[in-house]
Amino acid sequence: MDAAFLNSLYLWLEWIVKALFLIVALLVGFAYTTYMERKFLGRFQNRYGPNRAGPFGLLQPVADGLKLIFKEELIPAQADKLIFVLAPIITVVPAWIVLAVVPFGSTIQILGRQISLSIAGDINVGVLYITSVTSISIYGIALAGWSSNNKYATMGGIRSSAQMISYELALGLAFIGPIIMAGSMSLNEIVNTQGRLGWFAIYQPIGFVIFFVAALAEINRPPFDMPEAEQELAAGYHVEYSGMKFALFMLTEYTKLIVISCLSVTLYLGGYQGPGVDQFPWLGPIYLFLKVIVLIFGIIWVRATLPRIRYDRLMAFGWKVLLPLALLSVFLTAVITILFSGYFS
Amino acid sequence: MFVVELARGMFTTFRELFNRPVTIQYPEEKRPVRQRFKGRHGLKRYDNGLEKCIGCSLCSAACPSDAIFVEAGDNCDEERYSPGERYARVYEINILRCIFCGFCEDACPTEAIVLGDNYELSFTDRRSSIYDKARLIEPVPEGGNPTPQKVEPGIFTRSVPEMRNPED
Repeated sequence: MDAAFLNSLYLWLEWIVKALFLIVALLVGFAYTTYMERKFLGRFQNRYGPNRAGPFGLLQPVADGLKLIFKEELIPAQADKLIFVLAPIITVVPAWIVLAVVPFGSTIQILGRQISLSIAGDINVGVLYITSVTSISIYGIALAGWSSNNKYATMGGIRSSAQMISYELALGLAFIGPIIMAGSMSLNEIVNTQGRLGWFAIYQPIGFVIFFVAALAEINRPPFDMPEAEQELAAGYHVEYSGMKFALFMLTEYTKLIVISCLSVTLYLGGYQGPGVDQFPWLGPIYLFLKVIVLIFGIIWVRATLPRIRYDRLMAFGWKVLLPLALLSVFLTAVITILFSGYFS
Repeated sequence: MFVVELARGMFTTFRELFNRPVTIQYPEEKRPVRQRFKGRHGLKRYDNGLEKCIGCSLCSAACPSDAIFVEAGDNCDEERYSPGERYARVYEINILRCIFCGFCEDACPTEAIVLGDNYELSFTDRRSSIYDKARLIEPVPEGGNPTPQKVEPGIFTRSVPEMRNPED
Protein backbone atom coordinates (compact mmCIF):
# COMPACT_ATOMS: atom_id res chain seq x y z
CA MET A 1 0.00 0.00 0.00
CA ASP A 2 1.38 3.33 -0.93
CA ALA A 3 1.54 6.29 1.38
CA ALA A 4 -1.00 8.40 -0.50
CA PHE A 5 -3.68 5.73 -0.17
CA LEU A 6 -2.97 5.29 3.52
CA ASN A 7 -3.10 9.00 4.01
CA SER A 8 -6.50 9.33 2.39
CA LEU A 9 -7.70 6.34 4.40
CA TYR A 10 -6.63 8.08 7.60
CA LEU A 11 -8.36 11.24 6.43
CA TRP A 12 -11.60 9.35 5.82
CA LEU A 13 -11.32 7.69 9.18
CA GLU A 14 -10.76 11.05 10.82
CA TRP A 15 -13.84 12.51 9.14
CA ILE A 16 -16.04 9.59 10.09
CA VAL A 17 -14.89 9.61 13.67
CA LYS A 18 -15.42 13.35 13.94
CA ALA A 19 -18.87 13.15 12.35
CA LEU A 20 -19.93 10.29 14.62
CA PHE A 21 -18.58 12.17 17.60
CA LEU A 22 -20.60 15.24 16.64
CA ILE A 23 -23.79 13.25 16.22
CA VAL A 24 -23.38 11.47 19.54
CA ALA A 25 -22.49 14.73 21.25
CA LEU A 26 -25.56 16.42 19.80
CA LEU A 27 -27.84 13.55 20.75
CA VAL A 28 -26.57 13.47 24.31
CA GLY A 29 -26.59 17.25 24.33
CA PHE A 30 -30.20 17.25 23.17
CA ALA A 31 -31.24 14.81 25.88
CA TYR A 32 -29.55 16.69 28.65
CA THR A 33 -30.58 20.11 27.37
CA THR A 34 -34.18 19.02 27.89
CA TYR A 35 -33.22 17.84 31.36
CA MET A 36 -31.41 21.07 32.11
CA GLU A 37 -34.33 23.12 30.85
CA ARG A 38 -36.90 21.23 32.88
CA LYS A 39 -34.74 21.32 35.98
CA PHE A 40 -34.07 25.04 35.72
CA LEU A 41 -37.66 25.88 34.77
CA GLY A 42 -38.72 23.96 37.83
CA ARG A 43 -36.40 25.92 40.07
CA PHE A 44 -37.43 29.21 38.47
CA GLN A 45 -41.01 28.31 39.36
CA ASN A 46 -40.18 27.06 42.87
CA ARG A 47 -40.59 23.43 41.86
CA TYR A 48 -38.03 20.62 41.85
CA GLY A 49 -38.27 19.58 38.22
CA PRO A 50 -37.74 15.94 37.28
CA ASN A 51 -36.23 14.08 40.22
CA ARG A 52 -37.75 10.61 40.12
CA ALA A 53 -35.95 8.73 37.34
CA GLY A 54 -32.50 7.94 38.64
CA PRO A 55 -30.42 10.13 40.97
CA PHE A 56 -31.56 13.76 40.66
CA GLY A 57 -33.81 12.62 37.80
CA LEU A 58 -30.75 12.22 35.59
CA LEU A 59 -32.33 9.30 33.74
CA GLN A 60 -35.40 11.34 32.84
CA PRO A 61 -34.29 11.93 29.21
CA VAL A 62 -33.73 8.19 28.82
CA ALA A 63 -37.19 7.49 30.22
CA ASP A 64 -38.73 10.07 27.87
CA GLY A 65 -36.92 8.57 24.91
CA LEU A 66 -38.04 5.05 25.76
CA LYS A 67 -41.60 6.24 26.20
CA LEU A 68 -41.62 7.94 22.81
CA ILE A 69 -40.12 4.91 21.07
CA PHE A 70 -42.94 2.71 22.30
CA LYS A 71 -45.66 5.18 21.35
CA GLU A 72 -47.86 4.46 18.38
CA GLU A 73 -46.89 6.20 15.17
CA LEU A 74 -50.07 7.81 13.97
CA ILE A 75 -50.50 9.15 10.45
CA PRO A 76 -53.79 10.99 9.93
CA ALA A 77 -55.95 9.50 7.19
CA GLN A 78 -56.25 12.76 5.28
CA ALA A 79 -52.59 13.64 5.61
CA ASP A 80 -50.22 13.80 2.68
CA LYS A 81 -48.31 10.72 3.77
CA LEU A 82 -45.02 11.17 1.93
CA ILE A 83 -44.56 14.77 3.01
CA PHE A 84 -45.86 13.98 6.46
CA VAL A 85 -43.09 11.43 6.93
CA LEU A 86 -40.48 13.53 5.18
CA ALA A 87 -41.07 16.75 7.14
CA PRO A 88 -39.40 15.70 10.41
CA ILE A 89 -36.38 14.50 8.46
CA ILE A 90 -36.15 17.78 6.57
CA THR A 91 -36.18 19.68 9.84
CA VAL A 92 -33.73 17.50 11.69
CA VAL A 93 -30.96 17.14 9.14
CA PRO A 94 -30.06 20.84 8.74
CA ALA A 95 -29.97 21.27 12.50
CA TRP A 96 -27.38 18.51 12.69
CA ILE A 97 -25.12 19.54 9.84
CA VAL A 98 -24.87 23.24 10.71
CA LEU A 99 -22.20 22.61 13.30
CA ALA A 100 -19.91 21.06 10.68
CA VAL A 101 -18.19 24.37 10.02
CA VAL A 102 -17.97 25.58 13.60
CA PRO A 103 -14.46 25.27 15.04
CA PHE A 104 -14.47 23.60 18.45
CA GLY A 105 -10.81 24.34 18.97
CA SER A 106 -7.59 24.81 17.07
CA THR A 107 -5.59 21.75 16.03
CA ILE A 108 -4.57 19.08 18.47
CA GLN A 109 -2.21 16.14 18.14
CA ILE A 110 -3.63 12.65 18.42
CA LEU A 111 -1.52 9.61 17.48
CA GLY A 112 0.97 11.83 15.74
CA ARG A 113 -1.61 13.41 13.49
CA GLN A 114 -2.57 17.05 13.41
CA ILE A 115 -6.34 17.06 13.77
CA SER A 116 -8.29 20.27 13.44
CA LEU A 117 -11.20 20.40 15.84
CA SER A 118 -13.95 21.12 13.38
CA ILE A 119 -15.83 18.63 11.28
CA ALA A 120 -15.45 20.11 7.83
CA GLY A 121 -12.21 21.92 8.48
CA ASP A 122 -11.77 25.54 7.56
CA ILE A 123 -14.39 26.45 4.94
CA ASN A 124 -13.92 29.96 3.61
CA VAL A 125 -17.69 30.53 3.20
CA GLY A 126 -18.62 29.09 6.58
CA VAL A 127 -21.10 31.83 7.45
CA LEU A 128 -22.87 31.51 4.11
CA TYR A 129 -23.10 27.77 4.65
CA ILE A 130 -24.74 28.31 8.02
CA THR A 131 -27.33 30.78 6.78
CA SER A 132 -28.25 28.63 3.80
CA VAL A 133 -28.52 25.40 5.80
CA THR A 134 -30.57 26.88 8.62
CA SER A 135 -33.07 28.23 6.08
CA ILE A 136 -33.89 24.69 4.99
CA SER A 137 -35.42 23.70 8.27
CA ILE A 138 -38.22 26.23 7.72
CA TYR A 139 -39.37 23.99 4.89
CA GLY A 140 -39.68 21.09 7.26
CA ILE A 141 -41.86 23.03 9.64
CA ALA A 142 -44.05 24.57 6.94
CA LEU A 143 -44.46 21.20 5.25
CA ALA A 144 -45.22 19.48 8.53
CA GLY A 145 -47.96 21.96 9.21
CA TRP A 146 -49.39 21.73 5.74
CA SER A 147 -49.24 17.97 5.27
CA SER A 148 -51.00 17.28 8.58
CA ASN A 149 -54.25 18.57 7.04
CA ASN A 150 -55.19 20.14 10.34
CA LYS A 151 -56.07 23.78 10.83
CA TYR A 152 -53.99 24.23 13.96
CA ALA A 153 -50.99 22.58 12.36
CA THR A 154 -51.38 24.66 9.22
CA MET A 155 -51.68 27.85 11.25
CA GLY A 156 -48.58 26.87 13.17
CA GLY A 157 -46.68 26.12 9.99
CA ILE A 158 -47.70 29.40 8.35
CA ARG A 159 -46.89 31.43 11.44
CA SER A 160 -43.62 29.66 11.70
CA SER A 161 -42.52 30.31 8.15
CA ALA A 162 -43.59 33.96 8.31
CA GLN A 163 -41.78 34.46 11.59
CA MET A 164 -38.64 32.66 10.58
CA ILE A 165 -38.37 34.45 7.26
CA SER A 166 -38.85 37.83 8.97
CA TYR A 167 -36.28 37.22 11.61
CA GLU A 168 -33.83 35.62 9.26
CA LEU A 169 -33.21 39.05 7.79
CA ALA A 170 -32.11 40.49 11.10
CA LEU A 171 -30.16 37.35 11.83
CA GLY A 172 -28.39 37.56 8.49
CA LEU A 173 -27.51 41.20 9.10
CA ALA A 174 -26.21 40.31 12.55
CA PHE A 175 -23.87 37.83 10.85
CA ILE A 176 -22.36 40.66 8.83
CA GLY A 177 -20.83 42.53 11.77
CA PRO A 178 -18.33 39.80 12.68
CA ILE A 179 -17.66 39.19 9.00
CA ILE A 180 -16.67 42.82 8.47
CA MET A 181 -14.51 42.91 11.57
CA ALA A 182 -12.75 39.67 10.79
CA GLY A 183 -12.59 40.44 7.08
CA SER A 184 -13.50 36.83 6.34
CA MET A 185 -16.45 34.48 6.14
CA SER A 186 -14.45 31.66 7.61
CA LEU A 187 -15.48 30.90 11.17
CA ASN A 188 -11.91 29.96 12.06
CA GLU A 189 -10.78 33.38 10.95
CA ILE A 190 -13.59 35.03 12.93
CA VAL A 191 -12.60 33.16 16.07
CA ASN A 192 -8.91 33.89 15.57
CA THR A 193 -9.61 37.60 15.12
CA GLN A 194 -11.53 37.53 18.39
CA GLY A 195 -8.59 35.85 20.02
CA ARG A 196 -6.47 38.81 18.91
CA LEU A 197 -8.90 41.69 19.49
CA GLY A 198 -11.23 40.40 22.19
CA TRP A 199 -14.85 39.35 21.92
CA PHE A 200 -16.92 40.94 19.17
CA ALA A 201 -19.79 41.29 21.64
CA ILE A 202 -17.75 44.04 23.30
CA TYR A 203 -17.20 45.86 20.02
CA GLN A 204 -20.78 45.61 18.82
CA PRO A 205 -23.21 44.97 21.65
CA ILE A 206 -26.15 45.97 19.43
CA GLY A 207 -25.19 43.31 16.95
CA PHE A 208 -24.94 40.71 19.68
CA VAL A 209 -28.32 41.57 21.16
CA ILE A 210 -29.91 41.53 17.71
CA PHE A 211 -28.31 38.20 16.98
CA PHE A 212 -29.53 36.77 20.26
CA VAL A 213 -33.11 38.01 19.82
CA ALA A 214 -33.33 36.98 16.19
CA ALA A 215 -31.85 33.61 17.07
CA LEU A 216 -34.51 33.08 19.72
CA ALA A 217 -37.16 33.78 17.09
CA GLU A 218 -35.37 31.61 14.57
CA ILE A 219 -35.38 28.56 16.81
CA ASN A 220 -38.95 29.23 18.01
CA ARG A 221 -38.02 29.73 21.61
CA PRO A 222 -40.14 31.75 24.02
CA PRO A 223 -40.98 34.62 23.94
CA PHE A 224 -41.13 34.00 20.20
CA ASP A 225 -42.60 30.49 20.28
CA MET A 226 -45.48 31.58 18.09
CA PRO A 227 -45.47 28.48 15.85
CA GLU A 228 -46.22 26.17 18.73
CA ALA A 229 -48.12 28.48 21.03
CA GLU A 230 -49.48 25.70 23.23
CA GLN A 231 -52.40 27.70 24.53
CA GLU A 232 -53.66 28.88 21.15
CA LEU A 233 -52.58 26.31 18.62
CA ALA A 234 -52.44 23.10 20.65
CA ALA A 235 -48.71 22.70 19.89
CA GLY A 236 -48.85 24.14 16.36
CA TYR A 237 -47.17 22.48 13.44
CA HIS A 238 -46.44 19.16 15.17
CA VAL A 239 -49.91 18.65 16.64
CA GLU A 240 -50.56 15.56 14.51
CA TYR A 241 -47.18 13.98 15.10
CA SER A 242 -46.63 11.22 17.61
CA GLY A 243 -43.97 8.76 18.63
CA MET A 244 -40.52 9.07 17.14
CA LYS A 245 -41.62 11.62 14.53
CA PHE A 246 -42.63 13.92 17.34
CA ALA A 247 -39.37 13.11 19.04
CA LEU A 248 -37.55 14.21 15.89
CA PHE A 249 -39.22 17.63 16.06
CA MET A 250 -38.28 17.95 19.70
CA LEU A 251 -34.79 16.81 18.81
CA THR A 252 -34.60 19.50 16.14
CA GLU A 253 -35.78 22.15 18.51
CA TYR A 254 -33.22 21.44 21.17
CA THR A 255 -30.45 20.71 18.70
CA LYS A 256 -31.11 24.11 17.17
CA LEU A 257 -30.92 25.59 20.64
CA ILE A 258 -27.46 24.08 21.07
CA VAL A 259 -26.42 25.00 17.56
CA ILE A 260 -27.51 28.60 17.81
CA SER A 261 -25.74 28.91 21.15
CA CYS A 262 -22.58 27.53 19.53
CA LEU A 263 -22.93 30.05 16.72
CA SER A 264 -23.51 32.96 19.09
CA VAL A 265 -20.43 31.97 21.02
CA THR A 266 -18.38 31.54 17.85
CA LEU A 267 -19.45 34.80 16.26
CA TYR A 268 -19.63 37.11 19.25
CA LEU A 269 -18.25 35.54 22.42
CA GLY A 270 -14.83 34.48 21.25
CA GLY A 271 -15.60 30.92 20.25
CA TYR A 272 -13.13 28.50 21.78
CA GLN A 273 -10.75 31.31 22.72
CA GLY A 274 -9.87 31.75 26.34
CA PRO A 275 -6.86 32.06 28.61
CA GLY A 276 -4.26 29.38 27.96
CA VAL A 277 -5.76 28.03 24.75
CA ASP A 278 -2.57 28.67 22.77
CA GLN A 279 -0.50 26.45 25.05
CA PHE A 280 -3.15 23.79 25.66
CA PRO A 281 -5.35 23.42 22.55
CA TRP A 282 -7.64 20.91 24.26
CA LEU A 283 -8.88 23.72 26.50
CA GLY A 284 -10.68 25.10 23.44
CA PRO A 285 -13.64 22.71 23.41
CA ILE A 286 -13.98 23.10 27.17
CA TYR A 287 -14.21 26.88 26.93
CA LEU A 288 -16.69 26.55 24.09
CA PHE A 289 -18.76 24.09 26.09
CA LEU A 290 -18.84 26.34 29.15
CA LYS A 291 -19.82 29.38 27.12
CA VAL A 292 -22.56 27.41 25.38
CA ILE A 293 -23.91 26.17 28.72
CA VAL A 294 -24.06 29.73 30.02
CA LEU A 295 -25.88 30.86 26.90
CA ILE A 296 -28.37 27.99 27.07
CA PHE A 297 -28.99 28.90 30.68
CA GLY A 298 -29.69 32.44 29.52
CA ILE A 299 -32.19 31.20 26.95
CA ILE A 300 -33.95 29.07 29.57
CA TRP A 301 -33.97 32.05 31.89
CA VAL A 302 -35.63 34.15 29.19
CA ARG A 303 -38.21 31.43 28.71
CA ALA A 304 -38.97 31.34 32.40
CA THR A 305 -39.46 35.09 32.50
CA LEU A 306 -41.02 36.55 29.39
CA PRO A 307 -44.56 35.87 28.17
CA ARG A 308 -45.21 35.19 24.50
CA ILE A 309 -45.71 38.38 22.53
CA ARG A 310 -48.70 38.89 20.29
CA TYR A 311 -48.29 37.85 16.68
CA ASP A 312 -48.71 41.26 15.04
CA ARG A 313 -46.31 42.75 17.57
CA LEU A 314 -43.84 40.00 16.78
CA MET A 315 -43.96 40.97 13.12
CA ALA A 316 -43.84 44.69 13.90
CA PHE A 317 -40.88 44.14 16.19
CA GLY A 318 -39.06 42.11 13.60
CA TRP A 319 -39.57 44.48 10.71
CA LYS A 320 -39.76 47.90 12.37
CA VAL A 321 -37.29 47.57 15.22
CA LEU A 322 -34.90 44.70 14.71
CA LEU A 323 -34.25 45.14 11.00
CA PRO A 324 -33.47 48.92 11.11
CA LEU A 325 -31.33 48.38 14.19
CA ALA A 326 -29.45 45.59 12.45
CA LEU A 327 -28.89 47.81 9.42
CA LEU A 328 -27.64 50.57 11.69
CA SER A 329 -25.32 48.15 13.40
CA VAL A 330 -23.90 46.96 10.09
CA PHE A 331 -23.46 50.56 8.94
CA LEU A 332 -21.70 51.60 12.14
CA THR A 333 -19.47 48.54 12.06
CA ALA A 334 -18.48 49.23 8.48
CA VAL A 335 -17.74 52.91 9.11
CA ILE A 336 -15.77 52.27 12.28
CA THR A 337 -13.81 49.45 10.72
CA ILE A 338 -12.77 51.72 7.87
CA LEU A 339 -11.98 54.68 10.12
CA PHE A 340 -9.81 52.62 12.45
CA SER A 341 -8.58 50.19 9.83
CA GLY A 342 -5.12 50.17 11.37
CA TYR A 343 -6.45 48.76 14.63
CA PHE A 344 -8.69 46.04 13.28
CA SER A 345 -6.56 44.48 10.58
CA MET B 1 -38.44 52.06 29.68
CA PHE B 2 -38.95 48.53 28.55
CA VAL B 3 -35.35 47.46 28.99
CA VAL B 4 -35.61 48.28 32.68
CA GLU B 5 -38.87 46.35 32.89
CA LEU B 6 -37.23 43.40 31.17
CA ALA B 7 -34.33 43.52 33.59
CA ARG B 8 -36.71 43.67 36.55
CA GLY B 9 -38.61 40.66 35.26
CA MET B 10 -35.42 38.73 34.69
CA PHE B 11 -34.19 39.63 38.16
CA THR B 12 -37.45 38.45 39.71
CA THR B 13 -37.21 35.00 38.16
CA PHE B 14 -33.51 34.79 38.96
CA ARG B 15 -34.22 35.49 42.62
CA GLU B 16 -36.76 32.67 42.68
CA LEU B 17 -34.04 30.31 41.50
CA PHE B 18 -32.51 30.35 44.97
CA ASN B 19 -35.72 29.86 46.91
CA ARG B 20 -36.60 26.50 48.32
CA PRO B 21 -39.13 24.67 46.12
CA VAL B 22 -42.59 24.61 47.64
CA THR B 23 -43.31 21.12 46.35
CA ILE B 24 -44.11 18.48 48.95
CA GLN B 25 -42.36 15.29 47.82
CA TYR B 26 -45.45 13.22 48.45
CA PRO B 27 -44.61 9.60 49.11
CA GLU B 28 -41.58 10.48 51.22
CA GLU B 29 -42.94 13.65 52.73
CA LYS B 30 -46.55 13.95 53.86
CA ARG B 31 -48.43 16.99 54.92
CA PRO B 32 -50.49 16.43 58.11
CA VAL B 33 -54.22 16.54 57.49
CA ARG B 34 -56.57 19.04 59.10
CA GLN B 35 -58.07 18.32 62.49
CA ARG B 36 -61.54 17.61 61.10
CA PHE B 37 -60.30 15.82 57.98
CA LYS B 38 -62.62 13.02 56.93
CA GLY B 39 -60.58 10.08 55.70
CA ARG B 40 -61.08 6.36 55.94
CA HIS B 41 -63.30 5.15 58.79
CA GLY B 42 -62.08 3.34 61.86
CA LEU B 43 -64.00 1.36 64.44
CA LYS B 44 -62.98 2.40 67.94
CA ARG B 45 -62.53 0.40 71.13
CA TYR B 46 -62.88 1.21 74.82
CA ASP B 47 -59.78 1.28 76.97
CA ASN B 48 -60.42 -2.25 78.17
CA GLY B 49 -60.44 -3.52 74.60
CA LEU B 50 -64.19 -3.92 74.13
CA GLU B 51 -65.54 -2.66 70.82
CA LYS B 52 -67.59 0.48 70.89
CA CYS B 53 -69.82 -0.68 68.05
CA ILE B 54 -73.06 -2.24 69.25
CA GLY B 55 -74.35 -3.26 65.83
CA CYS B 56 -77.35 -0.89 65.86
CA SER B 57 -77.12 -0.14 62.11
CA LEU B 58 -77.83 3.56 62.61
CA CYS B 59 -74.77 4.38 60.52
CA SER B 60 -76.09 2.18 57.78
CA ALA B 61 -79.43 3.96 57.94
CA ALA B 62 -77.79 7.38 57.90
CA CYS B 63 -75.50 6.57 55.00
CA PRO B 64 -76.69 8.52 51.93
CA SER B 65 -74.85 6.28 49.50
CA ASP B 66 -75.75 3.00 51.18
CA ALA B 67 -72.13 2.06 51.63
CA ILE B 68 -72.36 0.43 55.08
CA PHE B 69 -73.61 -3.04 55.85
CA VAL B 70 -74.01 -4.15 59.47
CA GLU B 71 -75.17 -7.48 60.80
CA ALA B 72 -75.59 -7.70 64.56
CA GLY B 73 -74.80 -10.69 66.75
CA ASP B 74 -75.74 -11.38 70.38
CA ASN B 75 -73.27 -10.76 73.20
CA CYS B 76 -73.06 -12.90 76.29
CA ASP B 77 -70.75 -12.64 79.29
CA GLU B 78 -68.68 -15.66 78.20
CA GLU B 79 -68.01 -14.13 74.78
CA ARG B 80 -68.33 -10.38 75.06
CA TYR B 81 -67.38 -8.15 72.12
CA SER B 82 -69.05 -4.93 73.20
CA PRO B 83 -71.10 -3.63 76.12
CA GLY B 84 -74.81 -4.33 75.98
CA GLU B 85 -76.82 -6.96 74.22
CA ARG B 86 -75.45 -6.93 70.73
CA TYR B 87 -72.30 -6.37 68.75
CA ALA B 88 -71.46 -6.02 65.06
CA ARG B 89 -70.82 -9.52 63.79
CA VAL B 90 -70.34 -8.25 60.26
CA TYR B 91 -69.36 -4.68 59.54
CA GLU B 92 -68.49 -3.73 55.96
CA ILE B 93 -67.95 -0.39 54.28
CA ASN B 94 -67.74 -0.20 50.52
CA ILE B 95 -65.14 2.52 50.14
CA LEU B 96 -65.99 2.97 46.48
CA ARG B 97 -69.51 4.02 47.40
CA CYS B 98 -68.57 6.10 50.40
CA ILE B 99 -68.67 9.85 49.84
CA PHE B 100 -66.91 10.67 53.14
CA CYS B 101 -69.78 12.84 54.36
CA GLY B 102 -69.37 11.73 57.94
CA PHE B 103 -73.06 11.14 58.55
CA CYS B 104 -72.27 7.70 59.96
CA GLU B 105 -70.02 9.35 62.51
CA ASP B 106 -72.84 11.73 63.47
CA ALA B 107 -75.41 8.98 63.67
CA CYS B 108 -73.36 6.64 65.84
CA PRO B 109 -74.73 6.55 69.42
CA THR B 110 -71.49 5.19 70.88
CA GLU B 111 -68.87 7.14 68.85
CA ALA B 112 -67.72 3.81 67.51
CA ILE B 113 -67.20 4.82 63.91
CA VAL B 114 -64.89 7.76 63.29
CA LEU B 115 -63.58 9.10 60.02
CA GLY B 116 -59.82 9.06 60.39
CA ASP B 117 -56.81 10.61 58.70
CA ASN B 118 -56.03 7.94 56.14
CA TYR B 119 -56.57 9.15 52.60
CA GLU B 120 -54.32 6.62 50.82
CA LEU B 121 -57.10 4.34 49.71
CA SER B 122 -55.82 2.95 46.43
CA PHE B 123 -56.34 -0.69 45.60
CA THR B 124 -55.98 -2.76 42.48
CA ASP B 125 -59.09 -4.91 42.55
CA ARG B 126 -62.70 -4.11 43.30
CA ARG B 127 -62.98 -6.69 46.05
CA SER B 128 -60.44 -4.76 48.12
CA SER B 129 -62.77 -1.78 48.08
CA ILE B 130 -64.92 -3.49 50.70
CA TYR B 131 -63.37 -2.86 54.08
CA ASP B 132 -64.54 -5.50 56.50
CA LYS B 133 -64.46 -5.33 60.26
CA ALA B 134 -60.98 -6.76 60.54
CA ARG B 135 -59.56 -3.93 58.44
CA LEU B 136 -61.64 -1.20 60.02
CA ILE B 137 -61.24 -1.91 63.70
CA GLU B 138 -58.41 -0.26 65.56
CA PRO B 139 -55.88 -2.36 67.43
CA VAL B 140 -56.47 -3.27 71.08
CA PRO B 141 -55.20 -0.41 73.28
CA GLU B 142 -52.48 -1.03 75.82
CA GLY B 143 -53.85 -2.64 78.94
CA GLY B 144 -56.93 -3.96 77.16
CA ASN B 145 -57.76 -7.47 76.09
CA PRO B 146 -58.73 -8.63 72.62
CA THR B 147 -62.37 -9.49 71.94
CA PRO B 148 -64.21 -11.75 72.63
CA GLN B 149 -63.61 -11.34 76.35
CA LYS B 150 -64.88 -13.46 79.23
CA VAL B 151 -66.24 -10.98 81.77
CA GLU B 152 -67.99 -10.92 85.12
CA PRO B 153 -71.74 -10.92 84.61
CA GLY B 154 -73.78 -7.80 85.26
CA ILE B 155 -71.08 -5.17 84.52
CA PHE B 156 -71.50 -4.37 80.82
CA THR B 157 -75.24 -4.09 80.65
CA ARG B 158 -75.46 -0.58 79.31
CA SER B 159 -74.76 -0.45 75.56
CA VAL B 160 -74.60 3.34 75.16
CA PRO B 161 -71.97 5.00 77.37
CA GLU B 162 -72.13 8.33 79.12
CA MET B 163 -71.41 10.86 76.35
CA ARG B 164 -69.43 14.06 76.38
CA ASN B 165 -69.90 16.94 74.02
CA PRO B 166 -67.60 16.71 71.02
CA GLU B 167 -64.41 18.70 71.47
CA ASP B 168 -63.13 19.26 67.96
